[in-house]
Amino acid sequence: MTTAKSTQTKSTEQALGLKEGPATRDAFGEALRELGRTNAKIVVVDGDVSNSTRTEYFAKDFPERFFNMGIAESNLVSVASGLAAAGKTPVAASFAVFLLCNAYDQIRMGVAFPKLDVKLVGSHSGISIGEDGPSQMAIEDLALATSFPNFTVIVPADAPSTKAATRAMFEYEGPVYLRTGRPKTAIIYANDGTNGSTEEIPFEIGKANQLREGNAVTIIACGIMVAMALEAAHTLSQNGIEARVLDMHTIKPLDNEAVERAARETGAIVTAEEHLITGGLGDAVARLVAMRQPVPIQFVGVNDTYAESGEAQALLKKYGLTASNIVDAAKQVIARKS
Amino acid sequence: MPQSSNEQVVEKVAAVLNKHASGANKSEAMVPNRDFTALQETAWRLSREIIEMTTKAGSGHPSSSLSMIDILTALYFGGVMRYNPQEPHWEERDRFILSKGHGAPGLYAVLAEAGYFNPALLDTLRQTDSPVEGHPIMNRLPGIEASTGSLGQGLSIGLGHALAARLDKRDYRVYVIIGDGESDEGQIWEAAMAAAKYQADNLTCILDLNQFQQTGSVNKVMPSLEPVVDKWEAFGWHVREIDGHDMEAVLEALRAVKTVTQQPQMIVAHTLKGRGLSPFEKNDVNRKHGEALKPEEAEIALAELDEQRTWAVYDPAGSRLPNNERSANRLAKEIVTRQGETGKPMENKS
Ligand SMILES: Cc1ncc(C[n+]2csc(CCOP(=O)(O)OP(=O)(O)O)c2C)c(N)n1
Repeated sequence: MTTAKSTQTKSTEQALGLKEGPATRDAFGEALRELGRTNAKIVVVDGDVSNSTRTEYFAKDFPERFFNMGIAESNLVSVASGLAAAGKTPVAASFAVFLLCNAYDQIRMGVAFPKLDVKLVGSHSGISIGEDGPSQMAIEDLALATSFPNFTVIVPADAPSTKAATRAMFEYEGPVYLRTGRPKTAIIYANDGTNGSTEEIPFEIGKANQLREGNAVTIIACGIMVAMALEAAHTLSQNGIEARVLDMHTIKPLDNEAVERAARETGAIVTAEEHLITGGLGDAVARLVAMRQPVPIQFVGVNDTYAESGEAQALLKKYGLTASNIVDAAKQVIARKS
Repeated sequence: MPQSSNEQVVEKVAAVLNKHASGANKSEAMVPNRDFTALQETAWRLSREIIEMTTKAGSGHPSSSLSMIDILTALYFGGVMRYNPQEPHWEERDRFILSKGHGAPGLYAVLAEAGYFNPALLDTLRQTDSPVEGHPIMNRLPGIEASTGSLGQGLSIGLGHALAARLDKRDYRVYVIIGDGESDEGQIWEAAMAAAKYQADNLTCILDLNQFQQTGSVNKVMPSLEPVVDKWEAFGWHVREIDGHDMEAVLEALRAVKTVTQQPQMIVAHTLKGRGLSPFEKNDVNRKHGEALKPEEAEIALAELDEQRTWAVYDPAGSRLPNNERSANRLAKEIVTRQGETGKPMENKS
């Protein structure tokens, strides 16, 4: 395993003063351990990857509530289903790709359909895992997770908001998919060096956070693309274009109101996600905009292809997931405004 | 919201479920324990219901339900499982999960008999607006512990319940029925390993080894299921092998496994799909898997079932009744045929 590198570009840091923070998987692992102290209902089933998903922190403190099911994702999801039916709040954790792709039917039958209180947590999402290559990169997971009725799908942008998301996920009763990432991630919230204190972080499931006001275009992003959206907005601003930026951390249920307002007030939208441009955030936004307030939209994401091994930054560039891709998309979409 | 389309069904369902929800007479938890003759009588009556409800519905899996009906009867009425139909979510209840969910008609007949809902609901099997679904759906009908129908998942779900029981220091037990065809699923063996790892001695699985799956005999589709007893033993389970239609043997096995410690238990039950019922047994391909009998076939099968009801006439002292012998002989013959290919004789592991 190679060491995780930051997805944050030098320019993000310089332009916005964003500091590099822990990976979202680290933040999840820590939050889970903290919650384990007060919430005795939490149990964890993991598929021999707890040192990757970071459920190992929980396992260390609460060994009796941690089950390593081996490399058997179908089984672990169904076991989680049984645990939930018996009154526990299980976390089922693995790499995002194995959890969603390998156990899709088990999630469907045992979690989504009976609407059980299972928290699926998939780490190593997107192409920013880098060197391990496309077999390990989840780029379809949001399409799969959002396809389930009864499901809530969360993609936090940084470590502090991942902690907040983890807490919110356990306050909510019902099936959730939380997507975490491997690389260190720029800190967007609590950008004052006090990463430990997360009280002030706004996080409400299904409610987007507006990070920047603007009227020419709205950039709706999730996960690591939120930092890039901010960087893109900064660049656009230098060109006299003011972009609104929404951290759409919940893909399902989508914040319809925020999307509709963005369409109405800015007249153009760019979506940005570390996922295929089909089936994820972009599709959800487009569906709503088409119904409520049709405006032009451009999509930044992986375009109908699998990626490859490589250094995270280089891959994000090669597959079109950078701030400058967002800037280009914003200019194009503004040009299409009627 | 979907529009309701079947007023008769809606009315019937509402009447029955309302009565249930009122919970007027919360009875004590119980371990129903009928006497031997009554158990045979129950299994016989439930077999009739399986045929009747599927024929009325015009579809379903009667033969898959019939092969396990003696086992289900023993579980629910033979002093094995602890439950309270008035409180289906009672935390201390034993759990039953039908992993081979297509056997739903058998489970429904048993749940209605146990008092989870009015048997009149069985008439609504597979109809729009009825909770008596083609495959079991939890929270839609009292007594259903897991939504099944995608084969291979129920044993893992059962393991989840078993692990939760241990965490909560509760002494409830979990029973799961899987099919022999279902055992083609890799997840069954994932669950087998995990249950053994966690020494889930509160988990009992019953393999309904009825020799057939959807497109043919297990022998043809996946002969390498055998030697199945050795496989489960190798996976670390306590294994017993029985005639799944010999009520005495079924009861004995279900009671005996309760005392096993540190190991999950597998009861390999040799059964037949539509035992002694010619409309099913005539079909050598798959014993009419997934097919309801036509009304005229049902009539024949029901008459044959009535002929099987020998305990009402004979001394109910034991299992060595003429009819049971007939069944045992046929089983022995089938097992010999089956094992002709693996060359391994059936032995009693219990
Ligand atoms: C995952 C999955 N694949 C296929 C099916 C279709 N199917 C329903 S029943 C059946 C055969 C099951 O055979 P077995 O487990 O032996 O059950 P039984 O013979 O007792 O009916 C099949 C293939 C299914 N329900 N689920």
